Amino acid sequence: MATTFAKAAESVEHAARLENVSKSFATPGGQQLVLDDISLDVAPGEFVTLLGASGCGKSTLLNLVAGLDRPTAGSITTDGRPALMFQEHALFPWLTAGKNIELALRLRGVAKQERRGRAEQLLELVRLQGAYGKRVHELSGGMRQRVAMARALAQESNLLLMDEPFAALDAITRDVLHDELTRIWQETGVSVLFVTHNVREAVRLAQRVVLLSSRPGRVARQWTVDIPQPRRIEDAPVAELSLEITEVLRGEIRRHGQH
Amino acid sequence: MASTDTKTAQGAGLAGVEAGLDALDTAESRRTPLRQTFVNKIFPPIVAVVVVLLAWQALITFNVVDDPTKLPSPSDVGAEFKDAWLQGTLLDYIWTSVSRGLLGFLFALAIGTPLGLLVARVKFVRAAIGPVLSGLQSLPSVAWVPPAVIWLGLDNSMMYAVILLGAVPSIANGLVSGIDQVPPLYLRAGRTMGATGLKGAWHIVLPAALPGYLAGLKQGWAFSWRSLMAAEIIASSPDLGIGLGALLENGRNASSMSMVFEAIILILFVGIAIDLLIFSPLERWVLRSRGLFVKS
Repeated sequence: MATTFAKAAESVEHAARLENVSKSFATPGGQQLVLDDISLDVAPGEFVTLLGASGCGKSTLLNLVAGLDRPTAGSITTDGRPALMFQEHALFPWLTAGKNIELALRLRGVAKQERRGRAEQLLELVRLQGAYGKRVHELSGGMRQRVAMARALAQESNLLLMDEPFAALDAITRDVLHDELTRIWQETGVSVLFVTHNVREAVRLAQRVVLLSSRPGRVARQWTVDIPQPRRIEDAPVAELSLEITEVLRGEIRRHGQH
Repeated sequence: MASTDTKTAQGAGLAGVEAGLDALDTAESRRTPLRQTFVNKIFPPIVAVVVVLLAWQALITFNVVDDPTKLPSPSDVGAEFKDAWLQGTLLDYIWTSVSRGLLGFLFALAIGTPLGLLVARVKFVRAAIGPVLSGLQSLPSVAWVPPAVIWLGLDNSMMYAVILLGAVPSIANGLVSGIDQVPPLYLRAGRTMGATGLKGAWHIVLPAALPGYLAGLKQGWAFSWRSLMAAEIIASSPDLGIGLGALLENGRNASSMSMVFEAIILILFVGIAIDLLIFSPLERWVLRSRGLFVKS
């Protein structure tokens, strides 16, 4: 199973490379700088979380990497078109779970007779075998996010972008999906750039945590997480590192209250 | 080896937990039993019709209205239906109007749909004719009958012209509002999957706009039918055959109130029947498959 979706990760240098990326938006009060001179590499097969408080522009950054928007300055290179997962499942309600996945396959040019089989394989990967014919509204929140994950994986992109995909789920489901994401990441070898404001989630999942400062967003600090997987969110080393990162994060936030 | 074993055990445990969560979170949906449908949906309108008939009969029986040229009795109207049925003309009346109405509606569909797409997608077109298109909806389509008669004469093409002018704005507007209400999230999701341009329109925008479009079609049909009846009543001519509107006009000319009632009941009945048989099931099916159908 694992090899079916794995890519030849060694053949490329970077899943994503951001060089001096800045982004500003026009506002009534003039240009507002949202992202300031961000440089970041994601290695093939690497799991990176982008962590930051409100206003750090993490969703803007993800949109730039996804190609939904263009940076004001700097350059972004990715290995092919990245797949993007949103906080809301963004599944199309006029299609069944299986057909949602097949649409991604179809838009990628997969032949008609192969689509059904691939869609069922992907559903099996997210442990939703038997959900092929289910309508989106018949699925629970956690199941919808897993179908969305399967649909994103159907794009066979080397880079999976995730924009707080579990933020709207209850704690129990979120915990289970953390385990699932780790498993799927290890099985497929896909690179992941995961945005969150949840420090423990960031540490639980990532090989590297990148902390962004707010207004404008800059890379404040990075941590390499070498706690072995499978981790649990309750593990002592996870808690310890989370505490350290939270302190730095609070320091960043405190600066904004001082003037 | 030991660590692999724990991993596998954890994996199996996780699958179990997940299956449990899925089962707990999934709402079971059941179909409403037939008896309940009957009690809640079918029985009340039957009662309403019976009450109206009783009140009508009471007006006659107790001599509240004693002039049959003003108010015929239900049995007189019934006899009118029976005569028309026995002479074989009843279905002809209905078919003359319904075939006109549906054909006109199909024309309106063929024109309104591309027009709606154009207004929704091309800024210049929207600015130019968008407001006019919405405004046209409030113009009673009977206003188009006199010019249509002058331009096209007393024939079927005049009828179709009036239907088109009544229904095209509704259909186009329905599609425009359907497209306007497509959640931006779907468009973004589509774009990250490579659905841009025509592919995006076909795979994302049109299916997402379908509920609004269907609402427009439903309204378009109502407008088609109303326009057609206005045209048939005003512009009756022996060459045009007798549709329901012409039947009403004939009843008025013959001072036969029961024939007028017959025509009005048929017009109402056909309008409701087409909606119940075609548009409502279509709309319900689309909404239910998207989980948008709220049981009333």
